[in-house]
Amino acid sequence: MSKKITSLKDLDELREEGLKSLYPDKTKIMVGMATCGLASGAKEVFDILCQEIKKTGLDVKLNSTGCLGYCQKEPLVDVIKPGWPRIIYQEVDGEKAQKLIENLAQGKIWKESILAKMEEDEFLILDEKKKYLFDPNTGLNGVPSYFELPFYHKQLRIATRNCGFIDPASLVEYIARGGYYSLYKALTEYKPEEVIEEIIRSGLRGRGGGGFPTGRKWYYCRHAKGDIKYVICNADEGDPGAYMDRSILEGDPHSVLEGMIIGAYAIGAKEGYIYVRSEYPLAVVRLKEAIKQAEEYGLLGENILGTGFNFPIYINRGGGAFVCGESTALMASLEGRVGEPRAKHIHTVESGLWERPTNLNNVETWANVPVIIARGADWYSKIGTEKSKGTKVFSIVGKINNTGLVEVPMGITLREIIYEIGGGIPGGKKFKAVQTGGPSGGCVPESMLDLPVDFEELTKVGSMMGSGGMIVMDEDTCMVDIARYFLSFLQDESCGKCTSCREGIKRMLQILTRITQGKGEEGDIELLEELSEVVKDTSLCALGGTAPNPVLTTIRYFRDEYEAHIKDKKCPARVCRDLITYTIDEEKCTGCMRCLKECPQKAIVGEKKKPHRILQEKCIKCGICYETCRFDAVKVE
Amino acid sequence: MNLQILEKVDEIIDKYGREKKALISILQDIQEEYNYLPRDALFRIRDKVGVPLTQIYGVATFYNAFSLKPRGRHLISVCTGTACHVKGAGKILEKLERDLKIKSGGVTEDLRFSLESVRCLGCCSLAPVVKVDDDTYGRVRQDELIKILSRYE
Repeated sequence: MSKKITSLKDLDELREEGLKSLYPDKTKIMVGMATCGLASGAKEVFDILCQEIKKTGLDVKLNSTGCLGYCQKEPLVDVIKPGWPRIIYQEVDGEKAQKLIENLAQGKIWKESILAKMEEDEFLILDEKKKYLFDPNTGLNGVPSYFELPFYHKQLRIATRNCGFIDPASLVEYIARGGYYSLYKALTEYKPEEVIEEIIRSGLRGRGGGGFPTGRKWYYCRHAKGDIKYVICNADEGDPGAYMDRSILEGDPHSVLEGMIIGAYAIGAKEGYIYVRSEYPLAVVRLKEAIKQAEEYGLLGENILGTGFNFPIYINRGGGAFVCGESTALMASLEGRVGEPRAKHIHTVESGLWERPTNLNNVETWANVPVIIARGADWYSKIGTEKSKGTKVFSIVGKINNTGLVEVPMGITLREIIYEIGGGIPGGKKFKAVQTGGPSGGCVPESMLDLPVDFEELTKVGSMMGSGGMIVMDEDTCMVDIARYFLSFLQDESCGKCTSCREGIKRMLQILTRITQGKGEEGDIELLEELSEVVKDTSLCALGGTAPNPVLTTIRYFRDEYEAHIKDKKCPARVCRDLITYTIDEEKCTGCMRCLKECPQKAIVGEKKKPHRILQEKCIKCGICYETCRFDAVKVE
Repeated sequence: MNLQILEKVDEIIDKYGREKKALISILQDIQEEYNYLPRDALFRIRDKVGVPLTQIYGVATFYNAFSLKPRGRHLISVCTGTACHVKGAGKILEKLERDLKIKSGGVTEDLRFSLESVRCLGCCSLAPVVKVDDDTYGRVRQDELIKILSRYE
């Protein structure tokens, strides 16, 4: 029997099947099992749930899902039972999993560890809501609704619409929430030029960092000379601190495929490639599954949806090189060569992969496409700011209470993201800066927290949007050390083609290292600024062209910290090893011997119940004593 | 030349239809199979696929995923992404270097562990993160490391 979808009726039938899978007549339990969930122990929780369900003989559908974004509270477990609202449990471990099933077996709601409830699900693409029919007397009135949580209520999830809602291995569940309807619409109702027109009017810009208008890129590629054209998905998410692409690929791989197929139709491309980081093995697995399913159902490959349009997609794993996030380096890598960028006087839309017209967009950009086609450019372009339309996914990480992935309309302020959604800085510490844009970005200080976030505004203050990583730093983060960190990253990742990038970054790193060691000299700051200009102006690609940004922004906003290192030989944040000492406060020390046992250098002396002392000549400043002391007796100065 | 290696390498090369553009994929599969790129394998690729050895060597040394020396039975990857860095990844790496008596990039004498730093595993919300083989550990503390490593023989 052929499973191929060739009509709207076929799609509707699969949607029915998918809805039954999403909302079965029996209890359903979902465990968030993207990489972040797994790292928090979701696999163990899944296994115990499985085991307990068998033991109690409960009739339960158990499956994995992607990441809801609230990584701080992982592992997350959802219970969907007819007659109840959807209940989300947080920080679930083996013991909690057992209790959950125990209560379910008795027909009761387990009321502990509940993060929130959901009264309805939204199908963004179809502009529909699915209400959970439940008895209002379930005793959950005091439990907050997920959509009203401070972490969620300012979010609008377009690119991440399905993450945490569907089983990423289920095509029918994707279709149930409106998936592949946009592809059907594009292929049967739109001419390729009309698709491009729609994307241009939507104002969608590339989410990978550059922010180039997506529709215009498609237009140029469609009109470039050549019979064979390619479409590429850049899934080489290299910016440290950004992981939204991983989350989309692991939680909703079909959204990326659907976007690519629509793009290929609009551009007239013959083949598609997904270049995915080798550090993301689960994403590769999910993509492979999704491609196979899409081919089986006639959504990908030959004669898509019976329209005669052919388009296959292939997966290539990256080799672990940051520079391959640059489009020309990525294409060189796809061709099996060393990933060195080339000059772009001829654009890749004219001559890219194998010197043929090539259109490259990143994961998040592709995932936006089906929604734009479904809801229309008018709807999409109402979201965001004048020049930056739609939403952006940010990963808020570092020194912040609610770490996680959030998708918000462009134009929201940094303060809203950090304090309202992120819940502020833990431990009563003081906010110092937020780093955006990865190694090409910069550090934005507190005085600029009311900045509306969009492509232009972030560039104005010397940073950039980049792929959306936001690393929050508090008073314990040394800004000179951060600048040094990014340069050491970039020194390792520079491909070495341009002298200014290869040698310039190295020299800048040497100066910064010297400063952090207390060997800084008068004039170092000016020298760093001068070198920065040269590296910026004379490097071929964006890696070198933006490499000095972390240095320049930290000098611009935190010059006093540089001066403290250089003139006073002090690290105000108490991070730079050569400028700090660890001592024990004899008043506070109870003589518990804990630090003494943990010290790898045996640099701590003392007897039980008597204050200990650190032998400075032996101390390597590893900080283990500081971490292990329960009485706050170890001081860093 | 090791005949067993050749047989396996041929199998991998043939899987990709001996295509030059598949060089990176071929090397990735060989790396996965042997934990490193054996010298014989590189010569075999030159002969069978027709890519010059200089190019193979260039690719093998350019990308972080490849190693020309044997790796340990278990690969410890310490994430040194930005979020992990501000949450103390440097100290985690140093502690491992001291305990294992090797530098980052090295292999223990008994070939039990290889130690590497890696740029962002994408679990930034759980920083600092350490990965051993396919297992990812989040919010790692220095004093937990010995216990984690004891699970790997």
